[in-house]
Amino acid sequence: MNNKQIGSILVVGGGIAGMQAALDSAEMGYKVYLVEKEPSIGGNMAKLDKTFPTNDCAMCMISPKLVETGRHLNIEIISYAELEKLEGEAGNFTAIINKKARYVDENQCNGCGECELECPVHRKDNFNGELSERTAIYRLYPQAIPNVYTIDKSTPEAPCKVNCPAGVNVQGYTALIAKGKFQEALNLIREKMPFAGVCGRVCHHPCEDNCNRNEIDEPVSVRNLKRFVADREKTLLEKGELKKPSLEDDTIAKRAEKIAVIGGGPAGLTCAHDLVKKGFQVTIFEASSKLGGMMRTGIPDYRLPKDYLDYEIDLILGKGVEVKTNSTLGKDFTLQDLKDEGYQSVFLSLGAQKAKEIPLEDSEGEGIIYGIPFLRQISEGKKPPMGSHVAIIGGGNVAIDVARSAVRLGSKATIVYRRTQKEMPAHSWEIEEALEEGVEIRNSWSPARIVREDGTVKGLEVERCVTIYKKDGKRSLEVDHDQKNIVEADTIIPATGQECDLEGIKDEIEVEEGLLSSDPLTLETSQQGIFAGGDVVLGPSSLVESVAQGHRAAESIARYIDKEELRTDREPVMHSGPSAEMPDGIDKSKKERTHTSVAEPEKRNSNFEEIEKAFTEEEAIREAKRCLQCASCAECMECVRTCKAEAIRHDQKDERRQIHVGAVIATGGFTPFDARKKPEYGYGIYPNVITSIQFERILSASGPYEGHVKRPYDGKNPKKIAWIQCVGSRDVTTGNDYCSSVCCMYAIKEAMIAKEHDPEIEPTIFYIDIRAFGKGFESFYEQARYESGVRFVRSQISSVKENPLSRDLQLQFIEDGQYKEEEFEMVVLSVGLLANPANTATANILDIAQNKFGFFEEKPLQPLTSSKEGIYLCGAGNGPKDIPETVMQGSAAAALCSEMLKEVRNTEASVKEYPVEKQVEDVEPRIGVFVCHCGINIASVVDVEKVSEYISKIPGVVHAEHTLYTCSQDTQKRMKEIIDEKDLNRVIVASCTPRTHEALFQETLREAGLNKYMFEMTDIREQCSWVHQKEPQKATEKAKSLVRGSIGKSNHLEPLQLKNISINKAAVVIGGGISGMTASLSLANQGFKVHLIEKEENLGGNMVYLKMELDGEDWQEFLKNKIKEVQENELIDVVTNTKVKSVNGSVGNFTTVLSGEEETEVKHGVIIIASGAQEFKPDGFLYGKDDRVKTQRDMEFEIDKKDKFGTVAMIQCVGSRDDKHRYCSRVCCSEAIKNAINIKEKDPEADVYILYRDLRTYTYREVFYRKARELGVKFIHFPDKEYPEVKESDGKLSVHVKDTVINEGISIQTDLVVLSAGIVANEEENHQLSELMKLPLDEHGNFMEAHVKLRPVDFASEGVFVCGLAHSPKNTEENITQALAAAGRAASILSKDTLEVGGVVSVIEEDKCASCLTCLRECVFDAPFVNDKGKAEIDPAKCQGCGNCAAACPAKAIQLLTFTDAQETALFNNILEEDIEEVTEVK
Amino acid sequence: MEEKEPRIIAFCCHYCAFTAADLAGTMRQQYPTNIHIVRLPCTGKVDVNMLLQAFVDEADGVMVAGCEVGSCHFLEGNIRAKKRVEFAKSKLEEVGINPEKLDMFHIAASEGPLFAQTAREFTDKIKSILKEEQKIAEA
Repeated sequence: MNNKQIGSILVVGGGIAGMQAALDSAEMGYKVYLVEKEPSIGGNMAKLDKTFPTNDCAMCMISPKLVETGRHLNIEIISYAELEKLEGEAGNFTAIINKKARYVDENQCNGCGECELECPVHRKDNFNGELSERTAIYRLYPQAIPNVYTIDKSTPEAPCKVNCPAGVNVQGYTALIAKGKFQEALNLIREKMPFAGVCGRVCHHPCEDNCNRNEIDEPVSVRNLKRFVADREKTLLEKGELKKPSLEDDTIAKRAEKIAVIGGGPAGLTCAHDLVKKGFQVTIFEASSKLGGMMRTGIPDYRLPKDYLDYEIDLILGKGVEVKTNSTLGKDFTLQDLKDEGYQSVFLSLGAQKAKEIPLEDSEGEGIIYGIPFLRQISEGKKPPMGSHVAIIGGGNVAIDVARSAVRLGSKATIVYRRTQKEMPAHSWEIEEALEEGVEIRNSWSPARIVREDGTVKGLEVERCVTIYKKDGKRSLEVDHDQKNIVEADTIIPATGQECDLEGIKDEIEVEEGLLSSDPLTLETSQQGIFAGGDVVLGPSSLVESVAQGHRAAESIARYIDKEELRTDREPVMHSGPSAEMPDGIDKSKKERTHTSVAEPEKRNSNFEEIEKAFTEEEAIREAKRCLQCASCAECMECVRTCKAEAIRHDQKDERRQIHVGAVIATGGFTPFDARKKPEYGYGIYPNVITSIQFERILSASGPYEGHVKRPYDGKNPKKIAWIQCVGSRDVTTGNDYCSSVCCMYAIKEAMIAKEHDPEIEPTIFYIDIRAFGKGFESFYEQARYESGVRFVRSQISSVKENPLSRDLQLQFIEDGQYKEEEFEMVVLSVGLLANPANTATANILDIAQNKFGFFEEKPLQPLTSSKEGIYLCGAGNGPKDIPETVMQGSAAAALCSEMLKEVRNTEASVKEYPVEKQVEDVEPRIGVFVCHCGINIASVVDVEKVSEYISKIPGVVHAEHTLYTCSQDTQKRMKEIIDEKDLNRVIVASCTPRTHEALFQETLREAGLNKYMFEMTDIREQCSWVHQKEPQKATEKAKSLVRGSIGKSNHLEPLQLKNISINKAAVVIGGGISGMTASLSLANQGFKVHLIEKEENLGGNMVYLKMELDGEDWQEFLKNKIKEVQENELIDVVTNTKVKSVNGSVGNFTTVLSGEEETEVKHGVIIIASGAQEFKPDGFLYGKDDRVKTQRDMEFEIDKKDKFGTVAMIQCVGSRDDKHRYCSRVCCSEAIKNAINIKEKDPEADVYILYRDLRTYTYREVFYRKARELGVKFIHFPDKEYPEVKESDGKLSVHVKDTVINEGISIQTDLVVLSAGIVANEEENHQLSELMKLPLDEHGNFMEAHVKLRPVDFASEGVFVCGLAHSPKNTEENITQALAAAGRAASILSKDTLEVGGVVSVIEEDKCASCLTCLRECVFDAPFVNDKGKAEIDPAKCQGCGNCAAACPAKAIQLLTFTDAQETALFNNILEEDIEEVTEVK
Repeated sequence: MEEKEPRIIAFCCHYCAFTAADLAGTMRQQYPTNIHIVRLPCTGKVDVNMLLQAFVDEADGVMVAGCEVGSCHFLEGNIRAKKRVEFAKSKLEEVGINPEKLDMFHIAASEGPLFAQTAREFTDKIKSILKEEQKIAEA
């Protein structure tokens, strides 16, 4: 025995399989880690609307299970996480789990959903089949566990943000504008860009150049959006509609250090702004009289009205920046002066304001003015010296600005540029606007000489420039001196570039090529503590680049002063990294870019008024909605602002965890087939072709259309709906040549439910075979076909065409032998179940084998055992299957783990200890009420303060308060303190739903030493504030009533004590077939005593007739070993030739009397019924009359004995699916295929016919069906109600059958007839057992489990389980699995030493009991019994707490505890009571 | 005269209707404040006395909401509740209370919108009954 075994289990995958495996393992005494890759558990089942064959609501079933899993003391859910590594060996593994950052603190988030309402980013909701949208911060579905949010965030970030030099969060503010949150958008811009209004006008917008929308149509008009929000604030302020923002921020701690910023352009102002926000004392020294640098002097008013610049500069200065204008470095002060005045650091942002001289003679003097001073003079309100015709030299933005300004001042303007228009460095849109305004541009002319007459400028002589392509392919620009021309002009304006004026500094700071030299990462110059940035370092550059330099300098200066490392963790200067690509699953349709209105050229070219108008609100929202939201989360921080629980963590990182476990259960699940891979069906092309998963969501009340059947294209209610089966199943072309096994049933269910939603719907299912092989499936199919009006057409559809006008869909098919064409309004593709693509990674990490379809592979004849020891499988990860099988496998896998780890059970699992409970009986009620704000979820509608105040006046209430989040850890702590301090003996919480939170608060009570039943919960969120959002006053009144009701009830609360009863750790297993033996061995291997009762002489049951599996594996050898193993196991007491005579007692303590040779009595804690079934004995078909007519079972061993077979005709469904047996026997099709293959392989000459109605070779059995056809087995399909006839004449045997394909009767001369006889229940035995234990049977005599879907091996009566053929027909491996499941479920009881009984159960007041036995009849759980006093009594171990007996008791002798008549009456009486004084009824 | 706001008690079973009511909240489905939910483990717990007592305590309407037929967590509770509701209705009629003021509904856990719709419709129904009664009283 490995003494290093670990008593914990890792379950990979949190679907229904994983949940069941986790719950059973935890109940067996193991610590469970449940790892789920999605943000919440629930898997595919959570997406389903209803489930077949009962049409139960899937959420009704899974929701309590979710809550149970989420709450279990020994299950730790690690969601949004993936297994990364597994090392070690069976019994002792080490797993590494990567828990992905969900950017939300799971412990803080309470799932209130406020963030979702504010999040501006929308994504197609995958959970809803992409038929609706969710936000970037999302929860998988409303009932999700854990009930916390996750932010969908992409790395890298969106291209607009990545490519903005200043790092402005473009996607963020665009998203906010789209949501109408304009001020929030502006605030977000200002975090990185203090000149939103300026930048919104003049930015060269690399964001737009890199916008992913370029791939679709045109980029989002980002620049104009920015301008819109900036202008809006200014306008509203001016109108007085907005309160002036407070510029002083009290939260900033002021610092004493002084910093000088030299140069008040964009870089300097940004740096000053950042530093003052950090608390420093900042002074800007500006050479000119006004701040703004090139923003002021270089950009004419028609592009940037200066009041916008002034406004934004004032916002910066308002934060406390000191300004010294007319102070030039080198002239008015020196760096040394600054040092002497105590400035600790300096930022040099001197700009590049000096015009570059042109290399022409005579280029100074009258008639010549340079572009930069020209513009500066205009900005100062002066008219520069100029004549009526100016010639401008240069092709950059300054040249254009000059020309356009000159035009506005009434002059003619001609631009001369050496290269072509395309090659001009000015922005193309500026050039176009200039041309519109009448500017002339002479391209490809080079200035040669200034023409003067008498010293007066007359023009500019220009020479032609030509581009020469050299032999090496390089181009060069050459001047042709022979082609000359003269541009007439009286003023020449050179605008060929700018330089820096470094006069005052060049001796102190290192200079390189006319620029100050500074470290690109830190901007530190050659002098420590002196930094330089902006144009003075970069040369003339853009506004955003200058702003970026300002930020960089501020960061460096702060670090320098704080003596921190300057270079650590700095972003490189240019963002060159990758950016988010165009996301999938978004609307990529074309949407026209919104254009702003621009003044007509003739109206604008005579004045300096701004030519472009800002967006209107409506335009801005429309334009912002064009954003593709490439990075998903826009990091706009709305969630952070909204979340009152402070749960958002945008800086969260992935987290690695190491855990130690003894065993692993891998579930893996499935993924639906991607219907796009069958383009002939038009999915993804025609909007009204959808998948079955989408239809499931459409049917769901919480789905995209709230349960209304609509088609996606136009929301029309479709009447004619077609289902196409086997899309991606039984299909060699897609590589999925197995059957997905559930699609027939879910299609039938969907068709029926659709008709329930809208009776006018006409559903048609196109199928190959209807595979309704499970328990109850056949009658469900019949109900659909013959009663519910679902039309079934046995015809394979090859393609779907759309009618482009109606968007209806055209199908061609054969029905009743006729070719037909028909139009349907919607087509549902029944997509198959594929192995989850993630299985491969999981299989690699776990080192387990996969089959060729990618599903996890089980060991031959060992269901659920993987190729690696210690790793078990369950659910759809190892093959497609339905929910009950999945659930069974979950329990079975838990049993297999438990067999391995039995020695270390209860070593890792924790048991919680509580303080002694204080005495509360017969004590005056002292009630404490906690009214929850739930952030704003409740408080924004219900006036919680008023409720709390009102409540505090009600007699009995000694404490009432309102708390922000009652469920938060600190409030829980406080609650315990208050209970103690104020000696509370009853607690009421008015908050959310008790379904999710009652247990949490009850736990708190227990920790505080109060009985947990002294608690009442009032839902004022889901059932008040959220459903009465527009009626705050009435909602408040209702909340008062509801809490008043709870107070009324709490006066009557009584402490309840749970009783521990000991458990007899032995099991009785009834039936010694493969199921009974498997269950017995599993229990024995888990360390429990087993009494295995077999009525026959030998063990083995029906399996003795089974030779081998479809794939040839030998079952007989297996059986022999199994019997030996059972007989040799010391813990198994095999009792043969014995029946059960009586069973008494209840879960944990049964007494069973056995009648064999002599009567014996055994005591045990659980019972497993594995009493089997039998082969149907055919009547008719000459069976028993002609020995050439046999059953498949006879045939199984007979094949060995023969070499030649001649003709063999097999007839399916004998004793199945007929009038007497309205069910499918599940195994016969595979059995026939197996025997047919064996015959053909032995005698290829043999003619084998299989006469069938639906060939039900589900899952991988389909592969053998194909093989049989390839071997030449002939399949003949006969009509439903027309069985073939077997005749004998002249010693010759023949079979007559109607072939539906040729629609004619045919006759087959045959040597052998093999009947596929069905399985029938052991009726007599089942009835006897059913009566002994009051267990229900179904209409076919099989035992009826507690719940078809989620409790497939349990009975409603606790402690009794069923498996194998006694439950329903199934094949051997399925029997083994179900037996293991029953063993698992049984072990979850036997693993405990004691059973807690009591709590919410019914009790009988003996004096009142009239012994009428109503309760005995009423209870479906067999809980009431007549005690030795002749009175009815209720066994608390059996009672499920439904209260049916209490309601039924004519003498009112029964009370359901915590829901007693007194309690309930007080509850609603007080709700209805309006006068507080009346609410004083104290017991 | 000011229209009186009727007070309605809704007995809901824990597993289906109460869960649906929660979902109605999560989905922000709006319905009138007149509905006051009382949670029971199963509608099978509802007995005739309790239903009648609610009217004695001056409830203007009582609705009982349980699982869909065949989906009862306790197998048959909702079917029994239905019978008891029918019986209580006959008793109401005997004492001269409009039996329409009491009704039984089946609402699955996933049917949040249906819960809200039922709540709205039932409230409307009760309001119109009260109006009718007032008319008669005034006449």
